[in-house]
Amino acid sequence: MADVAVQADHASGHSAHQGSTGLSNNKLAMWLFLGSECLLFGGLISTYMLYRGRVKDGPHPSQIYDIPFTSVSSFVLLMSSLTMVLAVTAAQRNDDRRTNLWLVVTAILGATFLGGQVYEFTAFYREGLGFTTSLFSSSFYTLTGFHGVHVSVGIIMLLVTMGVIKKNRVVGNKAESVELVGLYWHFVDIVWIVIFTLVYLIPA
Amino acid sequence: MAIIERPEAAPAVPGAPLVPATVTPQSSLGAFKRPVTTTGWKSWLFTVDHKKIGIIYGVVAIFFFIVGGVEALLIRLQLAGPEGKVLNASVYNQMFTMHGTTMVFLFAMPMAAAFANYFLPLQLGARDVAFPRMNALAIWLTIVGGLVLNLAWFLGGAADGGWFMYAPNSGPIFSPSNGVDFWVVGLLIAGVGSLIGSINLIVTVLNMRAPGLSLMKMPVFTWMILVVQFLLVFSLPVITVALVLLMFQRSFGATFFDVAQGADPLLWQHLFWIFGHPEVYVLVLPAFGIISEVLPTFSRKPLFGYPFVVFSGAAIGFVGFGVWAHHMFASGLGPVSVAVFSIATMAIAIPTGVKIFNWTLTMWGGKIWFATPMKFAIGLVVLFTFGGLSGVTHSVAPSDTQQTDTYYIVAHFHYVLFGGMVFGLFSGLYYWWPKVFGKCLNERLGSWNFWFMFVGMNLTFGPMHILGLQGQPRRMYQWTENRAGEGFFDLGFWNLVSSIGSYVLAIGVLFFLINIVWTTKKEKQAPLDPWDARTLEWITASPPKEHNFDRIPKVSHLDEFFHRKYQEDPATHAMVSVKTAEEVLAIEEANAESNIHLPSPSYWPLVLAVGIGILGLGVIYGVPTMIIGSVVVLLAIFGWVLEPSVAEDFDYEGSSHDGGSSKELTTHG
Repeated sequence: MADVAVQADHASGHSAHQGSTGLSNNKLAMWLFLGSECLLFGGLISTYMLYRGRVKDGPHPSQIYDIPFTSVSSFVLLMSSLTMVLAVTAAQRNDDRRTNLWLVVTAILGATFLGGQVYEFTAFYREGLGFTTSLFSSSFYTLTGFHGVHVSVGIIMLLVTMGVIKKNRVVGNKAESVELVGLYWHFVDIVWIVIFTLVYLIPA
Repeated sequence: MAIIERPEAAPAVPGAPLVPATVTPQSSLGAFKRPVTTTGWKSWLFTVDHKKIGIIYGVVAIFFFIVGGVEALLIRLQLAGPEGKVLNASVYNQMFTMHGTTMVFLFAMPMAAAFANYFLPLQLGARDVAFPRMNALAIWLTIVGGLVLNLAWFLGGAADGGWFMYAPNSGPIFSPSNGVDFWVVGLLIAGVGSLIGSINLIVTVLNMRAPGLSLMKMPVFTWMILVVQFLLVFSLPVITVALVLLMFQRSFGATFFDVAQGADPLLWQHLFWIFGHPEVYVLVLPAFGIISEVLPTFSRKPLFGYPFVVFSGAAIGFVGFGVWAHHMFASGLGPVSVAVFSIATMAIAIPTGVKIFNWTLTMWGGKIWFATPMKFAIGLVVLFTFGGLSGVTHSVAPSDTQQTDTYYIVAHFHYVLFGGMVFGLFSGLYYWWPKVFGKCLNERLGSWNFWFMFVGMNLTFGPMHILGLQGQPRRMYQWTENRAGEGFFDLGFWNLVSSIGSYVLAIGVLFFLINIVWTTKKEKQAPLDPWDARTLEWITASPPKEHNFDRIPKVSHLDEFFHRKYQEDPATHAMVSVKTAEEVLAIEEANAESNIHLPSPSYWPLVLAVGIGILGLGVIYGVPTMIIGSVVVLLAIFGWVLEPSVAEDFDYEGSSHDGGSSKELTTHG
């Protein structure tokens, strides 16, 4: 995915690539990719919803979820959407210094969330919830793990975009490159809202 | 992507060989240069040209068509007589599984992708697709996926769970061999390739249309491909989830399909068919698009009710997402689900019927020219109608419970897929062959090809209706004499007929292969516009120039090319010829654009695809393989990102902007 941000640079400054829809090729492609991702998470969430109460061995969801902890880490992730917006507006104002600042803050918030997830997984594992323990555990780790991978990819995208801006190697529309990463980042956040509600807040 | 600047127009004589363009990359990061070869095998391996990629798709598809066909012939050989000894039960299971998988994922989808890649930009008046390197990545991922799938034959036996690979049957307990692992990894890789390809094509259609080419002026083929890509974008992630769950269970001990743990055996079926039913339309809609081009051309009439054909295609795609559970009527879903899915399935017959009527009325009153493309197109209309009618009988749930998992189902989907899809694709091959290679396929051999395939297909799949209604289950590896029955319903007789039919069919395909060789060696150059065609792809030379169009065409009509050749006579209201195709092309060449930008080749799509393949094999062969794969993938991504990028417009004005991109010029001769 990291190359999408850079691909953005390739096409957008180019008159032949300005699309009939008014959107650039890159943005349209990103929207389509995110549409496809909805179905990916849809499938994983459905699997979890089907299996969340099916515990033969090991802990039951209600015994292990630490709602206050996850609420805090969710809050951190949601705040990263705010900083992402600030990065995009800074990029649109052509303010490289602030763009980079907010990109870093976003990446740090994302990494904090990931750290929380690592801590949570370790804690669950110590309490006896392995990946293969039950239907609930397999589907829980798969769903939240997939989301975690998406956050990690997002962090890489943020850092790469920052590096490209720092080295002044952005060829095309800089604001749009940042915006594309932003689209992906917001999507990952929105998915987390759904996951947090369905997985943690609704009792199994 | 580097840019080629072309100071002059390409040679104006149609068919004259283009002077190979030389590209000189001046990389700012010397380690990652662009490949420069424009001829020989390297020009194919590293190409990002949509036309070359289209041809590679076609070659791959026909190769796997032969592989899947041989598998089918072995199946029919086994069932020709009682207690067949050709294959044992285990190999038989692998054979029908890989026959289905190969035909669906490695023949039908790549073949449609071949036409889509080659003709979408041409029909849109564009010079390439939106993301040329992504396009190359998609083809190589498809090939790597196909290789991984078939590698299993040589490494412990292929997958044997049927093409829909129902879990828990495909779980580690019931399918202990590695075959299913190869199947899962291969399909995941090919699926990523399809997803990338479909996003690319949607962006191309929506964003890169020539001036004046509104959506409702697009050729129906382009429309159908657009609908198909939307189906793929929204259905592939669902099978990805299913495959990932199965992979996690088989390789990492997850419990998703472990019934002892309380797993739901219907989970896989739902996930698979939410993908699998849209997939059916993914397979057949491109063929519908092709014959919607062929029928008007060979009837010398515009397509009857163009908007209806377009919207019914879109409606098929849309409703296609709401009918998946009709594959599961026998699994005990409960009356409400069954009723809903039953009605939705019947509803899908309406837009399909609309199309059949529109095609028929296109031919009505036309001056029909029975050339080979037209024969195949008419074959599709006839055979697909049969298949559609038997399909309606499955949508009635009580009737379906009688038919589930019998040969009646096999008969039905071969009528829609072979009679529908394959005939459409062959129609396209004959129709567009002169466009792609500059020579028409031989008509006489084409006729033999068609009639053998038509008769063979009816002999093979027609009797299966009877076999199925008599209760012969699909996937049964032997039948016995004493249970075959007698008289008209003697299963032995009809199995023999079906097996003979399959060889007649194979001879038909053989005629096609002979025809390719014959045409390449013997036939002379075809005229520029052999069929008196109607759409934009014929406004360029045959084979098309590297940059497709000398100037981007301005479109004012549906069937633009036809309207450039013919104009209405105000007195008689008849369309009279005003220009020949050569004259139309000459006008374009006289007004050629001077600065034509084309993307230059790249090593990295191929390297990335190979890396992903190794990474996938790592799931089966363990962590070291995975690490090697990851290293290759990382290297490829870095190469992809760091290779010399687009020389932007300002480069041509001589202003060095950021030092990151380079100026590349072509020289002629």
